Amino acid sequence: MENTRPNRLELIGITKQFPGVLANDNVSFAVKPGEIHALLGENGAGKSTLVKMIYGIMQPNAGEIRWNGETVVVPNPKAARKLGIGMVFQHFSLFEALTVLENIALGMDAKIPARELEARIRDVMRTYGLLLDPHRTVATLSVGERQRIEIVRALLLNPKLLIMDEPTSVLTPQEVEQLFTVLRQLASEGCSILYISHKLHEIKALCDTATILRGGKKVDTCDPRIETSRSMAEKMIGSGLKDIVKPEGRRFGDAKLVVDTLSTRKSGHFDVPVDRVSFTVRAGEILGIAGVAGNGQNALLDALSGEIHGDDRNAITIDGRGIGHLDTTERRKQGLCAVPEERNGHAAVGDFSLAENSVLTARDRLGMVMLGLINSGAAKTYTGKVIADFAVKALGPGSTAGSLSGGNLQKYIMGREILQKPSVLVVSQPTWGVDAGAAAAIHQALVDLAAAGSAIVVISQDLDELRALCDTLAVINMGRLSAARPVKDISIEEIGLLMGGVHGGEERDAVPA
Amino acid sequence: MSTELLIAVIITLIGASTPILIAALGELVVEKSGVLNLGVEGMMLIGAVVAFAVTFATGNHWLAILCAAIAGSASSMIFAFLTLTLSANQVATGLALTIFGTGFSALFGQAYTGKPIELFRSVFPAELATHPVWRLVFGHSPLVYFSLIMVVAVWFFLKKTRTGLILRAVGENDLSAHSIGYSVVLTRYAAVAFGGAMAGIAGSCFPLLLTPQWAERLTAGRGWIALALVVFAAWRPFRLLAGAYLFGLVMTIELYTKASGSTGFLPSEFWAALPYIATIVVLVLISLRRSGQSAAPACLGKPFMPAQ
Repeated sequence: MENTRPNRLELIGITKQFPGVLANDNVSFAVKPGEIHALLGENGAGKSTLVKMIYGIMQPNAGEIRWNGETVVVPNPKAARKLGIGMVFQHFSLFEALTVLENIALGMDAKIPARELEARIRDVMRTYGLLLDPHRTVATLSVGERQRIEIVRALLLNPKLLIMDEPTSVLTPQEVEQLFTVLRQLASEGCSILYISHKLHEIKALCDTATILRGGKKVDTCDPRIETSRSMAEKMIGSGLKDIVKPEGRRFGDAKLVVDTLSTRKSGHFDVPVDRVSFTVRAGEILGIAGVAGNGQNALLDALSGEIHGDDRNAITIDGRGIGHLDTTERRKQGLCAVPEERNGHAAVGDFSLAENSVLTARDRLGMVMLGLINSGAAKTYTGKVIADFAVKALGPGSTAGSLSGGNLQKYIMGREILQKPSVLVVSQPTWGVDAGAAAAIHQALVDLAAAGSAIVVISQDLDELRALCDTLAVINMGRLSAARPVKDISIEEIGLLMGGVHGGEERDAVPA
Repeated sequence: MSTELLIAVIITLIGASTPILIAALGELVVEKSGVLNLGVEGMMLIGAVVAFAVTFATGNHWLAILCAAIAGSASSMIFAFLTLTLSANQVATGLALTIFGTGFSALFGQAYTGKPIELFRSVFPAELATHPVWRLVFGHSPLVYFSLIMVVAVWFFLKKTRTGLILRAVGENDLSAHSIGYSVVLTRYAAVAFGGAMAGIAGSCFPLLLTPQWAERLTAGRGWIALALVVFAAWRPFRLLAGAYLFGLVMTIELYTKASGSTGFLPSEFWAALPYIATIVVLVLISLRRSGQSAAPACLGKPFMPAQ
């Protein structure tokens, strides 16, 4: 029966050549009506280029696109939408100063009166449980709400194929679950979904079929429900996946980083301050901090890195030296480096070259500035080492940070901090948007750093990551931190309860075991 | 103060405000599309000299205004080509346009120095404006009514039309607008052309409305005040109207104190400095009220560089 219906979308031998790079090399696959089809691959495997050609943003150099069995040319996104192809971008194409309604109107090709459009928007929102006030200004919305705008905008066109480009990379677990519900409902109504991701557990949970790309070529089309995460990851990176190697019989040293009843003041609108947080990380230990996004993780990172600092020097101590009153530069000199969650704009300056970005955080620790003059040779050499050691896909130390893809920029930033060999490293979302192979490399680098005697704090929403990487684990909820416990002694259920704010009485104030 | 005098003051005020208002409305649309054209003063001077020359030659005010608009628009296209097609720096190019306009108007205005033309007065029958109060309604030049209509038109265009929405979107986030499928460059060309035409018409106000004799630098820096007004008004047309009239009032007070010779208890320098003091006070008030986020279009002044 299935075979008699034409495929919703079929790609035959699609090839796209960029100067110096073959982004897609003879890629063919098909998407059936109502199918949720995953497009899986590492950063730079050519997933985004491929869907941009389907959506008409780019044109292939060779190959053909078939839509419902007929060969089509998609000259621009408007033509794609006319065919019934909708797309939700990884980076939202939203206008912050405009309202939800205005944003959606901009994405519509047909001229619909504002009142009628609003009625249709409310209708779609009700059908799929996507709640939003159409008259809110986008600047006041959270990331998950912004994504809903994009989805509503795509759904208003009654698409027959919806392309989702890494939709969950910015969502909380609850928002991911809501999104999956919407996508399953859409698929059951006959809409095909092309789901781009490198999160294997999501693909296993959601998708019917997975096409795996590597280096621009199709490696395989498989059934993710049968495959294991590991087998798909190996196809994606093209070699056996390395497990994190933790040296046997590791012993932790003395307490290195001690945080004692650290609190911050509430500053921004969406900000949750940290409230009397205490923990200890010993030399060689990796402490994981789990929690649902927006529970004070940003404030905790800022308070540890020195972006927010108070008067109490003993709120944070390294090897017994009080650093609670110092700013980021001074803390770096004392051996504490930090990686914030937002890569472009916070951890790196997009318009600066990588070498200049290295100078910004490594200048004191690695002597890149002498008498106020930048030693650009040292900066370039160091940046070259980061690029080589962490397999950053960049033309060289002179590339601007903004020109790197998200995952590659993350690799660069992690490398830049890790290679400074800090005695304390605080990182937020170390592998956010990074593919499996690179994530494994970053994890291994963190473990090696710890083995060399550093104390590491990892703030992440990815429980799998924390459980694989960390020695001890604590959970942050509404700015308060649970007592840290050895990872092997704490179950997923317990973590879940702690994330939901159920604490075990006075236990929170206990010194970590 | 007698009613006569009050009405005379108001009519002077409106006249003085009109060129600033027209130029600022044009620049508002340009800036909403994300382009900062600092060439307003230059385009106004070009409009002024063209309007003067056409009126001098033909005596037809309507034709003069039309030619001023075309000349302003044409000069803005130099700016548009450099900044939008060749991605030149907008600030530098805008300043160059002002210098060009100043030189152009000085060169072509030379022949007209000291020669008079007729002002473009009310087109309504004089009987309608015999009573002083009616003069407030019917006693203005068509340029004044044009400026008021344009306030409403620009507001309606930006807020209520789809094209206006696209223009705002282009100014807010050019890359997103491009990825949705709107032509950023075309939209901006159109906005700049409109801004140029408005600046040209604003320039024509000087010979047709205010001083019917050619003099070099006839616009006396009003183009710069128009630019500042757009910021004061937080890119809103009706606030622009209020702002322009506020400036008109300040300039009129200065004129009257100078003419009557009575400066009250304050020195005359105070009245001369008043427009600038008002500028600073308004700026401070605005920045106090709007802490944090700015009302400026997010892409203002940034060249559009789409990824390949």
